[in-house]
Amino acid sequence: MFGKLTLDALPLHVPIVMGTLAVVAVLGLALVIAITKYGKWGYLWREWITSVDHKRLGVMYIILAQVMMLRGFADAIMMRTQLAVATNGAEGYLPPEHYDQIFTAHGVIMIIFMAMPFMIGLMNIVLPLQIGARDVAFPFLNNLSFWLAVAGALLVNISLAVGEFAKTGWVAYPPLSGINYSPGSGVDYYIWALQISGIGTTLTGVNFIATVLKMRAPGMKLMQMPIFTWACTWANILIVASFPILTGALAMLTLDRYLGFHFFTNDLGGNAMMYINLFWAWGHPEVYILVLPAFGIFSEVISTFSGKRLFGYTSMVVASGAISILGFIVWLHHFFTMGSSADVNAFFGVTTMIIAVPTGVKLFNWLFTMYKGRVQFKPPVLWTLGFMVTFTIGGMTGVLLSVPGADYVLHNSLFLIAHFHNTILGGAVFGYMAGFAYWFPKAMGYKLDEKWGKRAFWFWQIGFYVAFMPLYVLGFLGMTRRMNHTDNPDWNMWLYIACAGAFIIGLGVVSQLIQLYVSYRDREKNRDVTGDPWNGHTLEWSTMSPPQFYNFAKDPVVSDIDAFTDMKEKGTAYQRPEKYEPIHMPCNTGAGFIMGMLLTVFGFAFVWHIWWLVVITLLGTIATFIKRCYDTDVDYYVQPDEIENIENAHLAAVQSTLKA
Amino acid sequence: MSTSVMNHDAHGHEHHDSGSTTLFGFWLYLMTDCLLFASVFATYAVLFMNTAGGPSGHDIFELDYVLIETFALLFSSITYGFAMIGAQRGNQRATLLWLAVTFVLGAVFIGMEVNEFSHLIHEGFGPQRSAFLTAFFSLVGMHGLHVTAGLIWMAVLMLEVKKRGLKPRTVTRVGCLSLFWHFLDVVWICVFTVVYLMGAVS
Repeated sequence: MFGKLTLDALPLHVPIVMGTLAVVAVLGLALVIAITKYGKWGYLWREWITSVDHKRLGVMYIILAQVMMLRGFADAIMMRTQLAVATNGAEGYLPPEHYDQIFTAHGVIMIIFMAMPFMIGLMNIVLPLQIGARDVAFPFLNNLSFWLAVAGALLVNISLAVGEFAKTGWVAYPPLSGINYSPGSGVDYYIWALQISGIGTTLTGVNFIATVLKMRAPGMKLMQMPIFTWACTWANILIVASFPILTGALAMLTLDRYLGFHFFTNDLGGNAMMYINLFWAWGHPEVYILVLPAFGIFSEVISTFSGKRLFGYTSMVVASGAISILGFIVWLHHFFTMGSSADVNAFFGVTTMIIAVPTGVKLFNWLFTMYKGRVQFKPPVLWTLGFMVTFTIGGMTGVLLSVPGADYVLHNSLFLIAHFHNTILGGAVFGYMAGFAYWFPKAMGYKLDEKWGKRAFWFWQIGFYVAFMPLYVLGFLGMTRRMNHTDNPDWNMWLYIACAGAFIIGLGVVSQLIQLYVSYRDREKNRDVTGDPWNGHTLEWSTMSPPQFYNFAKDPVVSDIDAFTDMKEKGTAYQRPEKYEPIHMPCNTGAGFIMGMLLTVFGFAFVWHIWWLVVITLLGTIATFIKRCYDTDVDYYVQPDEIENIENAHLAAVQSTLKA
Repeated sequence: MSTSVMNHDAHGHEHHDSGSTTLFGFWLYLMTDCLLFASVFATYAVLFMNTAGGPSGHDIFELDYVLIETFALLFSSITYGFAMIGAQRGNQRATLLWLAVTFVLGAVFIGMEVNEFSHLIHEGFGPQRSAFLTAFFSLVGMHGLHVTAGLIWMAVLMLEVKKRGLKPRTVTRVGCLSLFWHFLDVVWICVFTVVYLMGAVS
């Protein structure tokens, strides 16, 4: 009846997990009670869960990312404290089988369920506004993508309570991840969490490419798209070109594990290296998927807060494109030591080094944008400056690792861990933080508190160096990654410092939570009345904050890269059209949510071999989809008088602020 | 997920031709599917010589049989073309008729493939036997799963054409399935060449 699922799957004997679950249960219960008490279930369902509005979906993506960041960060703190106490042969407080799950979960969560939703959330909120569109090309598909991401995140978290998570590291290399060496439920949770959310990501890529190619405002040429939109477009091209490879690799691993196939097994002709190649043919483009939009954010932020046009727009676009293409021919540098010839290694080493060139172009463009500008040191700018220093260091250690000879010494050591945190944290995550602070007023209608924002930045920035610079040293001292405990007195001091650094970053995280609370408390004081709090360059700032649900009452006509600056200079911004036309809008739908939840159960049933439930949920998903396709009531028109009321209020607010 | 982008023709803005956006979006999805096939093709290329003492392609492929299968699928592409012409002319009867013929040809193809698979498994040459057979069953089977999804889609679409007639939204869907169906034909030509022909002669 319940397949392999028995009461033994509950982690009753692991106090840390039970404690966490108790806290989660209490918080969850409190949330449910609060929503019930204030009677918000209907509101949640109608306005958010079923919403096909890209701005609402963006906000939900970012909430998902931030919740998962807390989870991933808790994993990080546990790992660092374990390594700080488990020195000189002590065992620490995390037994290996638990510790292995933690580092796997940390990697999977931070990349797939924190960074990806954060990036996609910002893209959702901003991109359609920047190109002057009323929504994305396929609004229902956008909602479905979100719920598929949630389904994956749910599966990762369910694994905490029922069964286990993978102990293989986030890459899940076979044969370790094969059925013989990982017979438990962990790798299966990993497979289904990544598979379901990955399909959602692929659909997001398709959706946003169609959006930028088909739905730009009249007059906007491709080479007039805002730089963030361009960066996201390259990232979306990478998504559609690389996520199918992950889908394929995971499907093969699934067949090996469930049906005894021999793709990656040790016996009967299987080839585990094939998985590793496929994984990194996705995995390397994936890091550019994460970082390119962050580069776009830095470009927007630095040009806005320097009060200047972006320096070298064209070279920025071309550099992003070069990085995207080169990103596909470097994957082998993830396994220089795994049996390729010297010539092959040399080729991939050189291509890897070449990526530093377009990245360097970008860095100089940002520097020249600031040159002779009036730089305002607000939190988004601080994150950008912190990024420019930190990411440069990370990039240089990357070039170091790209030398195959050096890689033989440093691979699989903490040097590598320091390097990729240096680039992903100091590059991608700092970018999302900058974008979060920059676009928060646009999404929510009020600005974030700057004092706590600056505190958060400095704790993060200093904490980052204290936590990760020691890992470079430990790498040189020969400490390998994924160790549970150590017995080398030379390493101790560096492990203690790194642990302290993690706690300093923790203060940064706490500061961000306080910042959210303080900003919400003082929201009337920080209200963004005009919709243009930073004197922005691009079209999203021409709308209200939060934007009208239809985005633009009339299609903006674009004739410049900095379209909104152009309008403000020509005096054509905030013009009242003679008459408003009805606007065609998509209806909300519960189909995406239902399919997401059914697929969550589908994944769970697959993990535990509950075949009847697999069949029911799969058929249910298909039936929900077909029903949705047959639905004819999928759109409506907003009437001109409603539009006029909303637009008048906005224009009045703008006029009164401009006069004052 | 093969049918996942077929229902958005009604969502575009009035100033955009939303049917063309849907077709373009679906075409983009097909390119992702193409890369999925490419990954599995690459894996097949790596694994096809690893027969682990079991049979090779030369031992188990029956080209005559596969040729009939191939012709069933190729003809179904032509008949789908006729259905498409019917849909564009607004001829409901012709559209339904040619979709039905296409469906039968597709079903023949799938039936023959299932028969081939069951014979192989019966003889002890199932996908668990060797890495070559794993890759063979997965590549050919994945194409077969796509065709099956296409058949389900076709059945649903025929119902829609019958009930609702050939409204723009429905014609766009007939167009999407047309892209999908011809795409699967192209993939099959690659499968037939790389797996069966090259396997049988080597």
